[in-house]
Formats: sequence, C-alpha cells, structure tokens
Amino acid sequence: MSPATTLAAGARLAGTPLAAEDVSDHRALIISLFVVIVLVTLGITVWAGRQTRNAVDFYAGGRQFTAFQNGLAVSGDYMSAASFLGIAGAIALAGYDGFLYSIGFLVAWLVALLLVAEPLRNSGRFTMGDVLAYRMRQRPVRTAAGVSTIVVSIFYLLAQMAGAGVLVSLLLGITSDGGKIGIVALVGLLMVVYVTIGGMKGTTWVQMVKAVLLIGGTVLITFLVLLKFDFNISDLLGKAADNSGKGSAFLEPGLKYGLTATSKLDFISLGIALVLGTAGLPHILIRFYTVPTAKAARKSVNWAIGIIGLFYLMTIVLGFGAAALVGPKEIVASNPAGNTAAPLLALHVGGTGSTWGAILLAVISAVAFATILAVVAGLTLASSSSFAHDIYANVVKKGRATEKQEVAAARWATVAIGIVSIALGALSRDLNVAGLVALAFAVAASANLPTILYSLFWKRFTTQGALWSIYGGLVTAVVLVLFSPVVSGKATSMFPDADFHWFPLENPGLISIPVGFLLGWLATLLSKEEPDAAKYAELEVRSLTGTGAH
Amino acid sequence: MTTDAGPPAQENPPGEPAPRAAGAALPSAAEFAEVQQSPQFGELRRAHRNFAFPLTVAFVLWYLLYVLLSNYAGSFMGTKIVGNINVALVFGLAQFLTTFLIAWWYAHHAATRLDPKAQAIKNRLEDGS
Repeated sequence: MSPATTLAAGARLAGTPLAAEDVSDHRALIISLFVVIVLVTLGITVWAGRQTRNAVDFYAGGRQFTAFQNGLAVSGDYMSAASFLGIAGAIALAGYDGFLYSIGFLVAWLVALLLVAEPLRNSGRFTMGDVLAYRMRQRPVRTAAGVSTIVVSIFYLLAQMAGAGVLVSLLLGITSDGGKIGIVALVGLLMVVYVTIGGMKGTTWVQMVKAVLLIGGTVLITFLVLLKFDFNISDLLGKAADNSGKGSAFLEPGLKYGLTATSKLDFISLGIALVLGTAGLPHILIRFYTVPTAKAARKSVNWAIGIIGLFYLMTIVLGFGAAALVGPKEIVASNPAGNTAAPLLALHVGGTGSTWGAILLAVISAVAFATILAVVAGLTLASSSSFAHDIYANVVKKGRATEKQEVAAARWATVAIGIVSIALGALSRDLNVAGLVALAFAVAASANLPTILYSLFWKRFTTQGALWSIYGGLVTAVVLVLFSPVVSGKATSMFPDADFHWFPLENPGLISIPVGFLLGWLATLLSKEEPDAAKYAELEVRSLTGTGAH
Repeated sequence: MTTDAGPPAQENPPGEPAPRAAGAALPSAAEFAEVQQSPQFGELRRAHRNFAFPLTVAFVLWYLLYVLLSNYAGSFMGTKIVGNINVALVFGLAQFLTTFLIAWWYAHHAATRLDPKAQAIKNRLEDGS
C-alpha cells in the first residue's frame, strides 16, 4: 500500500501515458534531456575510471571525498524515484497519509548517525561484512553478510528497474513490450558501465550530480507552486482539500493507512522497518568509507539529514500542490498510482500548452531519470563489492586474493548482477514488484541492523549469534512477505490470480525485526562458543577512537 | 592508499599480532586490551553510550507516538490550529524539527565530549608509548 508499492501498481494498470497529447508534443525535448544526462554521466564515469587504480579507489572512491560531497552523494543514493514521484503522488491522492509515510525515511538517519556511521567508518574497510565479521569466524559470517547484502540490494534494485520501466514508458509514451524491455536493458547497461568503469568514484559523482538536479528541480517547482498561493501554506492546503473531493479528511490521517485495523497495523510495521532499516542498507553503509575520517562520516550524515529533510519538506508542497493545481482526476487518468503527479504539476505551474510548461515537464522527467540511474548504480556497487570482498576474497580465496584479482572479481560480479537484474526486470515488467523496496528495508532492519549493533556494542556476541540474527532475520522477513498479500491474494499483488497468503500484513517488520534481535541474542547465550575477547577489545577501541582506521 | 590492512582474519592463532601493513601498524592485542580496560576509554565509552542509547530509544518512541496518534487518534490529529493547519501536520513537522535538532545536538556532543577523548587515546596508541 506504500507509494513504493503503488509505483508498480501503476505498471500494470497504466494504459494511458502521461497526458498523451503533451507528451507527443514534447517527446523530443524530453528525449534530448535524457540523452544529455546519459552523456554527462558517462563522461563523469570515464573521467573517474582514469583515476581508479586500486581497490581503495574502486570500492571507496579513494576515501578522499569531503563530508559535504559525501552528504550529497548519500542523499543521491537514498532518494529514489519512489521517494520523488511516489511520495509526491501519494500526497496528491491520499493527502496527509502520503506525508506520514515520508517521515520514517528521515527519522531513520538518526540511527545511522548516533550508532552506526562512525564505528563502521573506523573499523571497516569496504563492506558491511568487514564490521560484522571483524571478531567472528571469517568465512561463515562473511558469507552471511554477503548473502544479506546481495539479497537486500537485488530486491531494491528490481523495484527500481521496474519503476524505471514504468516511469520512462509513461514519460515517453512507450507502451509496447519491446519498448519497456528496451528501457530496462538500457538502465541495466548504464549501471554496469558506471560501476565497472567508474567504480565508487564514478558512482559518487553521478549521485552528487543527481542530488543537485533533484534538489534544484524540486526547489524550482516548490517555489513556483508557493508563488501561486502567495506563500500561504494554509491556502494551498485548503485548495488541495477542496480539489481532492474529500474535504478536510484529505488533511487528516486515515485515507490510506487508516482504512482497516490491518492497514493500521501494517503501517506501524512499515514505519518501524523504515526507521530501523536505513542504517542497515548496505548501499548506504559503504558510502561512509568514501570519506577520510569518522568525523567526516558524521558530518556527511548531518549534511544528508539536512538535504533529505529539505527534500521531504518540499515534497509536501509538491504533493498538495499537485492536488490543488492538477487535481486527482487528471493525475489518476495519467497514472492510477499517482506517479506522474510531480511531472504533471511541473507542466501546470509552467502553463499547459506553453513552452515553459513543456520545458519544466522535460526537466522534471529528466531529474526522475537521473534519480533512477544514481540509485541503481549505488545498489549494483554495493552488491558487487560485497560479492568480491566478502565472498570471493575472504571465503573462496580465504583472504589470499590479490588486490587486482579482487577488483577484477568485483567488475565481473557487476556484469553478472547487471545481466541478472535486466533479465528479472524484463520478466517482471508486468508484475507489481515495487513492494520489494519495503521488503529491502525490512530485511535490512531484521537481519543487518541487529547484527551490526550487537557486533559493535555487545561484548558477548558470538559467531553463532551473528549467523542466527542474519539468517533468522532474513528468512523470517522473506518468508512472511512470500505469504503476504504483496505476493498473492489481492488485486495489487505480484500474482493477483493466485492466493496462497496467510500472513495478513504487507510489511513483515513488526515480526521479523524482533525475531532478528531475539535470535541473535538467544543463539549467543545458548552457544558454548567463547566470545573472542581480544578481538572485541580491538574492535571496540578502534570503532570508538579511529585507531588504525584505513 | 594501497597499504590498507583489512580487519585481520580470525583464523590467525590467538595472540598472534594482526597482519600489518607497512606504515599503518596496528597496536598489539595486549595494547588494545589494556586500553579497553583503561579508565580513559571507559569514560569515552560511557560518554558515547549514555548519550546515544537513551536518545535513540527516545526518538524511536517519539516517532512511534506520532504513528500511533495518526493511526488511532484521528479526530485529535484533525483538530485545526490555524487556518487549514491541523495538529497532525504540526506533529509531522515537529518530527522534522526534532530530527534536525537531535542531529545538531549529537554533532555538538561528539565534537566537545567524544572527539578530544578519542583523539587522546588514539594518539597514545599510535605513538606506541
């Protein structure tokens, strides 16, 4: 039921491309801007590739980014198309509940700031697995960390790919199967090129450019909307409520998450997963390795909180602005899930039929496209890094791989992940897979976060505990979703014609997060294994002081 | 930066020093253990945990309160305050505000209470005294 879910609900239902007559007029302009974005990002990639010489460059961008640069890149890595288009659309159609959804994404950063970013930067090198396996038996824990990283990233990646297919089809008015597959293949190909050639340096710059474009585009539209209401927020809200056809209920909780007792519980489950999941997302965690010190990691999280917070504040204006100025009828006609609310709003504030409107529509479409590219690049890098560094170098080669072999393995893994995600993306193009974003957050919160926190802060934690919390949290979350309405039993399910669901909630976090924490704790207490006190001393001192940080 | 030494593999026999890279020698296991037991490090640990742990619990509960009120106290949340601005919206904006404030507060705490202690311990360890 989240905007993320509805993003792909649109995939299946979307018959009418965005305001067809407008698009055919402006398709050339939109395509030219897409081409510009592709060329600029490829240019950055080639430039970054020339400066990528060793493993530190490839995995961590040379660790020389400033806190501000990394703050921008973190924001660019985090704010997906589901945030930009999904939340604006959710507010435009469900009012306050769309806004309610957005808040968990911001509050979550405090967990990363207070508990995770600095210790991770101080004690790890390239991946989440570095910290999880630090004081444990390397091979089993590295394997578990790699599996969890790849599962989380692939779920997230699939949702983004599907979203890209829907979005670009809508914006360009492509409805044929071949066209949609072509778009998925193009996005997949671009992400492979960014990551194999540019590594973390290229990916970081692409994410920074995207963040600037996204914030720039959002500030512009927000300003234009506010201008129409003389900067009177109350008027804007009033007009939005009037136009929504729902009156003041539009500004109150309940239109989306408050429908039934189950949907209320589902939202609690989603909210907890968002708040606790962010600090366990591998593609976010590896960004902290790109700055020279833990202090810089802290500052980059603070920049990210500022940028992401500002962005979600502006989304309120975009969402209610779309309700007020475009109206639900036109939004739903273009895309039932509301994903084109922001581009339509751009068209309207510029003036439908005017050149300004056309330009703004094209700019916002291009921003959305850049958003998708930057996020998929980050996800691909996270999974291929973990494959090469955790699984290949430390499990298969038992720590004896040369740096060159490791980076080569990462590049090949990128190609493999690209092929797999293009194939899965093409196969699932008509399935509602965007619920996978929520699943990615739930797995991150159930499998990764408990293990990270125990590893860093609990002296007694053991290898058995780590394995149980990772696999236990992961399996619980995935199994619950498999048997939830996300997959079957509902018109909006991935397989609407089948029904094998028995778990009532779409979001497993309410169960799987406590299970992850509990299993890690129980397995530690029940195993006869002695914790490695010397290693914990080393990890604890390093994580808090930065001694010997890379 | 090719001198990175990874977190040493656990398979090393206990007590054997971690594999080191030239120029970035890690202190020995004994040195780490000694520092971990030292009162200075205890102070640093407390300064971090006593700040971060309760505050984390507090902001998670504060967020949950907001979610629960949105879910189960619709009429209270719908109370209008000024014009079309109701309690729900103000509560949501308050979440933004508290997030910004906590981020700033932690940064301030870290810069004044954590960084100097951490730096002193790090200097002592890395100078190999």
